[in-house]
Amino acid sequence: MADTAIAYGRDPVSVLGDGDALWLDVRVLPGATGWELKPEGMCRGEVCVPIPPARAAEFVRDGQFNLRAFADHLGQPVVNEPAAGAWVIGEAAGDRASRLQGEAPDFELPDVSGALHRLSDHRGKKVLVVTWGSW
Amino acid sequence: MVITVAEDTGGVEVARPFIEAAKPAHPSLVDATHLVSELYDMVNVPTAVWIDEEGTIVRGPEPAGAEDSFRQMNHTTYVMPEAATAAIRDTQRAYSEAIRDWVAKGAASRYVTGAKVPEAASAEAADAARAAAEFRLGELLHSQGRPELAQRHFEEAKRLRPDSWNYKRQAWSLEEPMKSGGPEFWAAVDALGDRPYYPPIELEGRA
Repeated sequence: MADTAIAYGRDPVSVLGDGDALWLDVRVLPGATGWELKPEGMCRGEVCVPIPPARAAEFVRDGQFNLRAFADHLGQPVVNEPAAGAWVIGEAAGDRASRLQGEAPDFELPDVSGALHRLSDHRGKKVLVVTWGSW
Repeated sequence: MVITVAEDTGGVEVARPFIEAAKPAHPSLVDATHLVSELYDMVNVPTAVWIDEEGTIVRGPEPAGAEDSFRQMNHTTYVMPEAATAAIRDTQRAYSEAIRDWVAKGAASRYVTGAKVPEAASAEAADAARAAAEFRLGELLHSQGRPELAQRHFEEAKRLRPDSWNYKRQAWSLEEPMKSGGPEFWAAVDALGDRPYYPPIELEGRA
């Protein structure tokens, strides 16, 4: 049965829930998760995580990748709502902390006209980012 | 350059009246998944972070000139004692002056204190990571038209990250308009006792 998953802050994608496994077509991995399956393992940017050879079948099967096994392998939180077939794979605590070391995390968001703005478009200026809520 | 970001699961439509009334000259963005709070580990509004010309965080996140005197407000009439209003104005002024000092002096400003990097190896940090995932799941369910299921996961987020007022107030407002500033809000604020709602902004600066 098709479930919906959000992985690592990306847009929701259709996945195949099967017991403890959460399968996604290897070809759509990069767009859906930011991770890509390569001969050296699962890679995001310059970081590659080897897939344990003895457990390869848990991770890859018939062109599908098991997001759940990979998240558990990296200590990333996986939460779900069985009544809706909805899943979220989040970032591990270490990754949430380390992205605040070095360059300010970039984001792209719309204004009320729908125009997109990217924080990094303003390099060369000092930027004060202020959040608020209508609530 | 000032960039404001509305942390609003309701998206552009709920933020629009406020933005159109304020007519800001700066980019005024709408963040329907609370992405900025998640990326910068922010737990309340208004929260500010200072980013320099190279894209380095040089201060924050911290309350953007906000402070706890608002807690003296009458919980039903929303009337504030004059002294509390004055204290808030003083804090806003002091914070604005700190920003101007940074704009003028850059890295030499005494208010440039560096990024606050959250601690990563504790049970609280693991809970905060899980809370972020639960909150995102609540938002997904809300967008799918499943508000009751959404609230289940907002509850989990609130339980796992009790210091996040963003989680509490956003979830309350999706449950029922105005609930985010109603009796539940004041009860939660009062339950803080001596602990701050807005941690005091450190404006002594470096020596």
